[in-house]
Amino acid sequence: MSSSLPKHWIAPLKGLVFLAALVPLARIIYAIALDPISLGANPAESILHMTGDWVIYFLLITLAVTPLRKLTGWNDLIKFRRMLGLFAFFYACIHFLSYIGFDRLFDLSDMAREIVKRPFILVGFAAFVLLVPLAITSTRGWVLRLGGARWSALHKAIYPIAILGVVHYWWLVKRDITWPLVFAVVLAGLLAYRIVKRGDKRNRARA
Amino acid sequence: MSRFSFPVPKGSEITPRETYLNRRHFMAGAGVAGALALSGAGAFAAPSVTEPLKALANKAPVLTDKPTAKELATTYNNYYEFGTSKADPARNASTLKVRPWTVEIGGEVMKPRTLGIEDLLAMELEERIYRMRCVEAWSMVIPWVGMSFSKIAALVEPTSKAKYVKFTSVARPEEMPGVRSRVLDWPYTEGLRIDEAMHPLTLLTLGMYGETLPNQSGAPVRIVTPWKYGFKNAKSIVRIDFVAEQPRTAWMTAGASEYGFYANVNPEVDHPRWSQKNERPLPAFFASRATEKFNGYGNEVASLYSGMDLAANF
Repeated sequence: MSSSLPKHWIAPLKGLVFLAALVPLARIIYAIALDPISLGANPAESILHMTGDWVIYFLLITLAVTPLRKLTGWNDLIKFRRMLGLFAFFYACIHFLSYIGFDRLFDLSDMAREIVKRPFILVGFAAFVLLVPLAITSTRGWVLRLGGARWSALHKAIYPIAILGVVHYWWLVKRDITWPLVFAVVLAGLLAYRIVKRGDKRNRARA
Repeated sequence: MSRFSFPVPKGSEITPRETYLNRRHFMAGAGVAGALALSGAGAFAAPSVTEPLKALANKAPVLTDKPTAKELATTYNNYYEFGTSKADPARNASTLKVRPWTVEIGGEVMKPRTLGIEDLLAMELEERIYRMRCVEAWSMVIPWVGMSFSKIAALVEPTSKAKYVKFTSVARPEEMPGVRSRVLDWPYTEGLRIDEAMHPLTLLTLGMYGETLPNQSGAPVRIVTPWKYGFKNAKSIVRIDFVAEQPRTAWMTAGASEYGFYANVNPEVDHPRWSQKNERPLPAFFASRATEKFNGYGNEVASLYSGMDLAANF
């Protein structure tokens, strides 16, 4: 039941997705430059929250690619996965830089102390650090260099990264866990899909 | 009581209201999508009706501070009865009916009584510019209008059994959407030790920025203790009880390890999950202000805690 798009559609579609993925950043830049009031009384917090949200959105969207592809047969979706994953990393960079800038005033030793002391910052930082090798090895050249099996083993790190990301959010909120819970449920669904599929494959292999 | 004075925050680090307003003028003048500018302005239209309040000038040595812009202080609120996001209270609080309003005062007192909001508004009010330090490590400077709580206590004559004061906020699910979910154990309750409550800095507050309180800021009557984290300042109070035992507060029920009874602002005692060393003086981007012990009111209140372990009694 697989279907594919005409080849010449892929590049423009990728361009569209790329531009759409930059909209959150454009909104932040526009707000800082021209409409600071829209960021509210605590603009730094707004930026931290917006970029943090978008990291989780992009992680979940990236993790949704394979299930969607399998369920719909739209195999071309795989061609967008790298870009979506890189946008998760891109917003994680802005999120992290905003934190060390706005919160820790670029004092790296202070930042180091905070990271060790605060579990929610530690898990967020761990997720960020784990994203770095994935971003670096996201190119075709690195797939060839590592070999497909090793490359995909490395990129399985996206699962713990997403879990750490949601835990980071969960531990940060003061009282209302509605949104962390929503993200956790979506993530659990995406991970459960993979566990079920793996079970199927094993059963098939045994049969 | 002799002339009572307290430190007023310095204005240098706060965005002056004029700058803030000019920025908006600039936007409209520059003709950047007029509709956008309009919708921006609309977002700050206070949903609740406020009236001008007569108040004596701040009695502090006049180091006049530029308060945080009213438009920011009244659109960035922690008032979970109206929702947990900072913008929720300004959006949802207009449904709260603040007239008629009574405050029942009882417990360990000689003369329990019920005060109408009109009785409170008829008393002599004064303006107090206080720094408000939230437990979330940001701060604002707010010109409150009210009277020392001790004046109210004098009306009911607490007995010697009164060791604490418990404040109970209103909880009306039909008027307060947040009360319909059990984010906290409603009604919101807070408390002070009797000497803290009787301290002249503790302000029974009826207004801010020269007007009655807007609903999202705790109308029509709230408490403000400037040396403590903001959550100690119960909003929309309907009951005040003088009690013998330390009351269990809503935030202690929610998380006793993170929100203690005293909740004195203290840069040396971190919140378990974040540092309290610095704060962001809103609307600044950077958390560049070093938090002061007792929020800068140490000269006035430190003696209340002499000999106490402030890390254990956080």
